[in-house]
Amino acid sequence: MTSPEKLVLDAAGIDRTLTRMAHEVLEHHKDVKPLALVGIRTRGVFLAERLQKKLLEIAGVESPLGTLDITMYRDDLSEVGPNPEVRETKLPFDLKAKIIILVDDVLYTGRTIRAALDALNDYGRPKMIQLAVLVDRGHRELPIRADFVGKNVPTSVRERVVIRIREVDGKDEAIIAGGSGA
Amino acid sequence: MMSNGTKIQWTRKDLLGLKDLSAAEIGLILDTAKSFSEVSQRAVKKSPALRGKTVVNLFLEPSTRTRVSFELAEKRLSADAIGMASGGSSMTKGESLWDTIANIEALKVDLIVMRHSSSGAPHRVSNYTKCGIVNAGDGINEHPTQGLLDIFTLRELKGKIRGLKVVFVGDILHSRVARSNVWGLTKLGAEVVLCGPKTLIPWGIEELGVKVIHDVRKAIDGADAVTLLRIQMERQNETLFPSIREYASTFGLNTELFKLAKPDAILMHPGPVNRGVEIESALADSTQSYILKQVTNGIAVRMAVLYLLSGALKNE
Repeated sequence: MTSPEKLVLDAAGIDRTLTRMAHEVLEHHKDVKPLALVGIRTRGVFLAERLQKKLLEIAGVESPLGTLDITMYRDDLSEVGPNPEVRETKLPFDLKAKIIILVDDVLYTGRTIRAALDALNDYGRPKMIQLAVLVDRGHRELPIRADFVGKNVPTSVRERVVIRIREVDGKDEAIIAGGSGA
Repeated sequence: MMSNGTKIQWTRKDLLGLKDLSAAEIGLILDTAKSFSEVSQRAVKKSPALRGKTVVNLFLEPSTRTRVSFELAEKRLSADAIGMASGGSSMTKGESLWDTIANIEALKVDLIVMRHSSSGAPHRVSNYTKCGIVNAGDGINEHPTQGLLDIFTLRELKGKIRGLKVVFVGDILHSRVARSNVWGLTKLGAEVVLCGPKTLIPWGIEELGVKVIHDVRKAIDGADAVTLLRIQMERQNETLFPSIREYASTFGLNTELFKLAKPDAILMHPGPVNRGVEIESALADSTQSYILKQVTNGIAVRMAVLYLLSGALKNE
C-alpha cells in the first residue's frame, strides 16, 4: 500500500534549523571551550559534523567531534532475532570536564538516548551531557527530553518519520510517511 | 574497510571451523571484531552486550593464552564466565564427554568454549546440545578464533587479504592454526604457501589450493606476511626430523632470511614462541614482528564471535 508522504523539512529548512540550533547552543554556553559534539550512528554523525561547522562559522570554535555506536548498549539484545551489527565508536578526546552535545536525527521512544548515556558513561565522566535532535516526534517510553530541538513534529505511532541526509541518502529532507493504511 | 556491500546476518549457533564459513561470514566476524577492539582501549573495559549470558570454558587440553583471551573477551562483554579443566572435573572420574556436556546444558549455560585433544570433538558435541559451541582448538583439525585473529591482524595492517602472499613455516602437520588459516585465507583470495620438512607437511594438502615449497628461501621470497609455527613435540610419537638443532638451522627464521620477504612484510606467530628454534630472538622483537598485536587482537575477535553466536541462540 502506498501511503502519502508529508514533507516536514526540505534541504534549506534543515540547514536553517541547524543554524538556529547552533545559535541556541552558543546562547546556552557562554564558555565554548568545554563543548564537544557526539553524533549517534548513523545520521546523527553527519548532523553533528554540520553543527560543528556551524559553530566554527558563527563563533570560530572548533569543538571536538565523536561518533557513537550504541548497539552494544541496546536493551533489546536478549530478544528474538540475530544480534544487530556493531559498528565503530570513535571518541578521540577525553570526556572529563567536557560538555557533550549528543546529536541524533529523531527523538522517539528515548531508548537510543538511554543506551547512548550508558555508553558515554563507560568512556568517562563528562561535566554535562545535553541532547540535540533534528526532529522530536513524541511517544517517549522513558523519562528523556531534548535540550535543543530542530522541529517538534506531532505524529501517530503508525507513522514513520524519515530523515534523509545527503551523506547517506543523497539528499536532505525530513518526511512523515505511512499512517492511514497501517 | 567495512564490507557494507554484502550485508548478511549471522545464523549459526556454533563456530566450529573456518572450513564451514563463507567469505561473507568471515567478513562479518572481522568487521564486528574491529568495532569491539575499541572496548579494550577504554578506561572502563566493559560493554553490556552479553549481560546475563553464561559461558563455560571447557578446556580438556592444557591452554593458557587461548583460555585467558576467551575469559577476558567474556568479561569485557559482561557475560558470566566459568572455567572447567579436565584435571579437576568428573571426566577424571570416568564421565563421558556427552554426559559432561549434558550436565553443563542442565546448568542453563548459553555458550561452551571447548578445547579437546580429538579432532572433530566439538563438531560431534554440537549436534547434541542447545548450547552454542565455540571450538577453541580440536586436535590437529582447527583453531578457528586463532585463524580469525591472524586474518584480522593481516587485514588491519595490509588493508586487504586478496592477492597477499602469506607463508607458513614450521610444523604444518600438527598445526590446527595452519589449517584454520588455510581455510580462511584461501576463501578470502590470498596466495598461501606452506613450508617445512616433508615429514611435517600433510600429504595432499595442495588440494586445498595452497602451494608447498620446502626451501625456506624460495618460500618467503616476496612474501607479504610470514607466520612461524612451533614444533609441537607433545604431539609427536615418532621422530619426524633429526634434531631441534638441525631444524633450527634449516627452517629457523632470522633477520637475514626475513629480508627475502617484501620490505614491508609482517611477521606473525600464534605462540608460544620458542626463541632460537623456529625464530631468532632479534627477529621476534623486530619492528616487523606483530606477535603481541595478534594477542591484543585475539580478544576483539573472540568478543565478536561470542556476540554473534549469542544472537543466533535466541532463535531457538
